[in-house]
Amino acid sequence: MEKTALIDLLRQKFPREVKEAKVDLGDEVVVIEKEALLPVVKFLYGKPFAYTLLLDLTCVDYLGQEPRFEMVYHLLSLSLNKRLRLKTRLSEKDLRIASLTELWKNANWLEREVFDLFGVRFDGHPDLRRIFMYDGFEGYPLRKDYPLRQRQPRIRLRE
Amino acid sequence: MATRIQKEARPETLLLNMGPSHPAMHGTIRIMLELDGERILNSEVEVGYLHRGFEKTCEHRTYFSLLPYTDRLNYVSPLINNLGYVMTMEKLLGVEVPERAQYIRVIMSELSRISDHLTCLAAMAMECGAFTVFLYKMKAREFLWDVIEQTTGARMTTSYIRIGGVRADLHPDFDTVLKKAVDETRRVLKDVHGLLDKNKIFLNRTRDVAVISAEDAVNFGWTGPCLRSAGVYYDVRKAHPYLVYDGLDFEVPLGERGDNFDRYMVRMKEMEQSLRIIEQAAVRIPRSSGTVIADGLEPAKAIRASRSKKVREKIRLSPNLEGSEKTLYQGILTGKQGCAVPPKEDTYTTIEGLINHFKFFMRGHGIRPPKGEVYFSVEGGNGELGYYVVSDGSDKPYRLHLRAPCFHVVSALEFLIKGRYVADVIPTFGSMNMIGGELDR
Repeated sequence: MEKTALIDLLRQKFPREVKEAKVDLGDEVVVIEKEALLPVVKFLYGKPFAYTLLLDLTCVDYLGQEPRFEMVYHLLSLSLNKRLRLKTRLSEKDLRIASLTELWKNANWLEREVFDLFGVRFDGHPDLRRIFMYDGFEGYPLRKDYPLRQRQPRIRLRE
Repeated sequence: MATRIQKEARPETLLLNMGPSHPAMHGTIRIMLELDGERILNSEVEVGYLHRGFEKTCEHRTYFSLLPYTDRLNYVSPLINNLGYVMTMEKLLGVEVPERAQYIRVIMSELSRISDHLTCLAAMAMECGAFTVFLYKMKAREFLWDVIEQTTGARMTTSYIRIGGVRADLHPDFDTVLKKAVDETRRVLKDVHGLLDKNKIFLNRTRDVAVISAEDAVNFGWTGPCLRSAGVYYDVRKAHPYLVYDGLDFEVPLGERGDNFDRYMVRMKEMEQSLRIIEQAAVRIPRSSGTVIADGLEPAKAIRASRSKKVREKIRLSPNLEGSEKTLYQGILTGKQGCAVPPKEDTYTTIEGLINHFKFFMRGHGIRPPKGEVYFSVEGGNGELGYYVVSDGSDKPYRLHLRAPCFHVVSALEFLIKGRYVADVIPTFGSMNMIGGELDR
């Protein structure tokens, strides 16, 4: 019954922002509006749920759909021992979303990773740089329109 | 291009580069330190030197053929990486795994966990000057890898755990080799406790160095032994039991202070618990359903015979396929059609078997899970090893994402070494068990 309790409460508290909420293969999945990310996450972070551990943060590129990108957050509540998947869609024209660095310190690197590989910009991130690819790399390699065997010219180490 | 720390550094301080090719950097990672004498004022950790585009590559491979890439993530415990991916797919496909295969998986993942912890602590101790410990632990790891090699055929890149079960059954001589490995590991653990636990040099470099509070550890997304060393009780094997872990009796060791020494101690104790799990699983494992065929028809002869009549004799497989005989299949692999490689005996001698084989490996066929997305995690050597797979109904994943536990752990390095001495970087970094393949993907 816990499962529905969370979803019910979220729907009650954020009637307009929660677009969809379901239990998928035993995991709770909540789809929200992009603007509501911070309020919803802050609500989940506090009591009674205490989703205090940001397990994962990633992005999926649905090329050809609108909105094109989907941010996926996995949260874990240590006290309830439950996971939650939060999803929100981003349009390619406005590829920005609020940063979670004020709540979680590991969001710093995770968001840099998503920025590096997908080009999503995070508002409020203190140091948004590429993390895996080098400076001077062009394009975003995990996007679906980036070819697998794309080559890029070498860059000089020093000018 | 100037990095953050180069821009921010004050003129009177010294910038020191550690890595990416530094003997204590366990692979390739770069730490830039801003020093005032020996004290670290600021630091910047740069990762990505081992980025191979794992996730991008997986999007272009079929569900079956991407398995070997998972070996190469955490290359010290490849079996747990296999397990994580395979169980994610099984959750999506709804496949039931035979009980014997589940026990084999438990034994294999615990063996990998021990070898993972051994490697981490061996390197950490060596960098603190305890070279004997390094050699002792490498010796124990060799015994564990003997077990793994005998069963899987490979030491590191195993690709042994397959969707639906495992690739081959255990070797008939498995129990003897396992017992030897367990005994040797116990002895080594005892020796290492004796060498390090009260060792002044080791304690000075680890006790109360790089302390992290429970709140900070959670805030950094730490999981696994590092999180437990800060006193937080969270182990995926206990919290979300998978396989047969809920039926096995083991404890989750916790640390108190969250310093380097606790991270060492938690790993040491965890290895003892893993040995307990292995011993229990080795007793409880259901007996094999079939026997190994020693005197069967050779495949070439069987193929020739199958041209004129249906072959009824037993077939002896090549040594490369040892353990995956048809008689052993039902004990170790799911019977669900289209989820596991069809038995080789059928492929060699019957037309249906050959068609099934082609259907499994042909592009566009093979394993095709339903549309949807799934997240599943197992307890890896470093913590919660999670896979997030998005399927569009085709034979390739639309998106595959790995939640690498040490990515989160290493992201706290800057925070941990701030204000400490240069020498503290080495044991701190060693206690984190950074694995390049997993960190950079």
